[in-house]
Amino acid sequence: MKFAVRRITALLITMIMVSFLAFAAFHMISGDPAQAILGTNATPERLELMRQQLGLDKPFLVQYFSWLTGFFSGNLGISYSYRQPVASLIMPKLKVTLLMVMISFVIIVVCSLPLGLRSAQKASGRFDWVRTTIGQLCMAVPAFFLSILVSYLFGIVLKWFTPGDFPKIDRNFAGAVRYLFFAAVCIAIPRIAMTVRMLRSTIIQEMEKDYVRTAISRGNDRSEVLRKHVLKNSLVPTITFLGQTMAEIVGGSIVVEQVFGIPGMGRFLVASISNRDYPVVEALVVILAFWVILSGTVADLIGQKIDPRLRLGGRA
Amino acid sequence: MLEVRDLHVKFHNRDREAVAGVSFTIREGEILGLVGESGSGKSVTAMSIAGLLPRKKCDYRGDVLVDGEDMLHADRSFLRKVQGSKIGVVFQEPMSAMDPLMKVGKQVEEVLEIHTDMKPEERKKRAIEALTDVELPDPEAVYDKYPHELSGGMLQRSMIAAAIVSRPGLLLLDEPTTALDVTIQAQILKLLEKLNKEYGMSMLFISHNLNVVRKLCKRVAVMQKGVIVEEGLTDDVFFRPQHPYTQHLIACIPARVKVIAKKNAESRMPTELTEGTVLSVNAETDVKGGERYE
Amino acid sequence: MKKYKLNGYLVAGIILTGIIILWIIAGRFYTPYNPTKMSSAKLQGPSLAHLFGTDKFGRDIFSRVMQGSGTTLVIAVLTILIGSVCGTIVGAMTGYFGGMLDEVLMRINDALTAFPSILLALVIISILGPGKQNVIIALGIVFIPSYARVTRTAFASQREVNYITSARLMGASSSRILLVHMLPNTLHVLLPAMTIGFNNAVLAEASMSFLGIGVTPPDVSMGYMLSEAQGMFKSAPWYALSVGMVIALLVFGVGLIGEGLQRRNKEVD
Repeated sequence: MKFAVRRITALLITMIMVSFLAFAAFHMISGDPAQAILGTNATPERLELMRQQLGLDKPFLVQYFSWLTGFFSGNLGISYSYRQPVASLIMPKLKVTLLMVMISFVIIVVCSLPLGLRSAQKASGRFDWVRTTIGQLCMAVPAFFLSILVSYLFGIVLKWFTPGDFPKIDRNFAGAVRYLFFAAVCIAIPRIAMTVRMLRSTIIQEMEKDYVRTAISRGNDRSEVLRKHVLKNSLVPTITFLGQTMAEIVGGSIVVEQVFGIPGMGRFLVASISNRDYPVVEALVVILAFWVILSGTVADLIGQKIDPRLRLGGRA
Repeated sequence: MLEVRDLHVKFHNRDREAVAGVSFTIREGEILGLVGESGSGKSVTAMSIAGLLPRKKCDYRGDVLVDGEDMLHADRSFLRKVQGSKIGVVFQEPMSAMDPLMKVGKQVEEVLEIHTDMKPEERKKRAIEALTDVELPDPEAVYDKYPHELSGGMLQRSMIAAAIVSRPGLLLLDEPTTALDVTIQAQILKLLEKLNKEYGMSMLFISHNLNVVRKLCKRVAVMQKGVIVEEGLTDDVFFRPQHPYTQHLIACIPARVKVIAKKNAESRMPTELTEGTVLSVNAETDVKGGERYE
Repeated sequence: MKKYKLNGYLVAGIILTGIIILWIIAGRFYTPYNPTKMSSAKLQGPSLAHLFGTDKFGRDIFSRVMQGSGTTLVIAVLTILIGSVCGTIVGAMTGYFGGMLDEVLMRINDALTAFPSILLALVIISILGPGKQNVIIALGIVFIPSYARVTRTAFASQREVNYITSARLMGASSSRILLVHMLPNTLHVLLPAMTIGFNNAVLAEASMSFLGIGVTPPDVSMGYMLSEAQGMFKSAPWYALSVGMVIALLVFGVGLIGEGLQRRNKEVD
């Protein structure tokens, strides 16, 4: 329990640091938000009024805290280009991206665990180099290139989905999942290769440890040792890795959404960067960073459940 | 009980044989000490007996008979039945030899889980009995601890408990006390002696420390570079070493320890002590200080 | 010493990467056609005259890829230089001296790694604006934390090693110890990290330019060409395929080198 409290405190501190960094960075570059919202032909009086409304006349730290409290109560500011609250713009896109990330994560876990196990068991076999080479190839193909191929092959040639025509999640959930599945696969493939590689080396490392010899001296076969002892011991590094994967998928989704024409956060982010719509960029960046920090913390908490040694605070 | 005949083991990535023709026997209820410095092949010998040689990475020949049955060339399914049930093994580093994520009790009863159809409650009862046997305080609590929650000495006792829980006829002890400090070492030796007497277990006790071996074993074999250079009753080897290597090993033992040894030997077999005096050069120094070794 | 022992992955990777890099460097001085001018009929499939075909303006794709991959290569190399040099300095400082400096820098490091690398690069670009130099700066900054982490561990583990202690006792200065005694011994972790970093840089640059917030014309990079190629995928699929293939081969080759280096490290252990 104590560990959880400490970990969550660390989580909050990192979140505050990250949000502060982001706020400060955007505060410096975004120029005059009042001007950006009202346009260039606004009168000085109206600009002044807007500045007061936005609280721009207050000191920097006060602005930061009102932004932060606003952030947690769902008030993310007003978009420059849409003149609408950022929160209402982001919510539907957040849903799409989250769904895609989840699908991708499930694909990664379902595919890499058995593949990684197998590749570890056969690591000294004759075809190890074939597996390694295939893995390196999968890591080498850029996700967006894969996306172009997949959307052409399955979308245009085989017509399993219609590229560019993304169904509304609320109305056609199955259709949306089907559409997102193809994008999720493109994000997943390089990550699967990395996860398999990580699993392979983790399991091999564990199999060389002394306790494996002890277990064999008790009459276990190697496969039993793997099942009863090694898997559990390999689980913690694997979960940490999957936590990082969760973060990397979000990064990968930015490009893949663009190719597949998925109206998610990534696509919105890129558009907002091009439009210099800083409130939107800022909100998206902070949300994505929180997502990454959160998945890392969840991974740590699960790891701690499995490995009681971590509860002592062995890791800084 | 155990018979090793002309055992040879050579690892593919080494030029020299790790074990180059070793033969010895251990009778029912006997403790044999196997002494030698690291790399002399004593651990490899033990691994061959326990069926733990990495067979793909070495060449091996000779015979290893446990209760008359061959271990060296037996197939895996046979070894499986013998490992843990007829042969128990205790390794040097208790901390790394235990699965860090499995409770100590579960590791102790793992042998029973593999080799018997006991019910879980029965297994737990036996595991706690074994933990009691190795004189752990509060065995029920230890049963539910993780390895990192116990001290080195307690862990090694648990390892011994795991090795004896199925009452194997043969216990292989590969430097079981080396990683422990001296007082714990002495306790473990006493414990092993008790187990030997109580259950009539045969033991192969491996150590690089001749002095430790002397306390537990009536017979000792000295290994160097893969061969046994000297074998005999412990007191004979200790007081009248024939081979230069054994003499060298003995010269490394502090003199005051030898005095105590001599005193003990006197009380045990008073007829054989005359030549023992040769060893005690500084015989009078600090006999008291030496007593903590006992 | 087994130090210079080669293995299959290393040899294959070096050969493959060497060929591609030579080809790319050649592209700086010579291309079969002018990559920006129309050279023959539009939308021609691959042929002997145009190995990768032509695009919808009739430009020779082979020449375009040859030149565009040069931009990508330059960006990737400069990025890992910035990342590894700055990262090694930070890692050496924190790992060798420890203490407060270590604490503070590592906390900042943690906060930076909370952003997925592409996101951080996008944020920096949104501040600096697009363009080749800015892409290099953005990616360089993004890659500093990972190098700092790797080298910090390597330096910290050497701090108490005997020959370092004896060098210190003999009066060697901190900078001499760091540069002469410790740096060469961190190469075995730095080199594989650099191969991974190179690949991440190539892929990140390509992603950013693909999204239209990386390299801007007149500079042309692989990502930029791929976004161009996506638009004409139906009429000229060979364009996207050839660009994608060159990126994949380059990353694959360097990936093999990294794999080889890591396996060699394990064998030496």
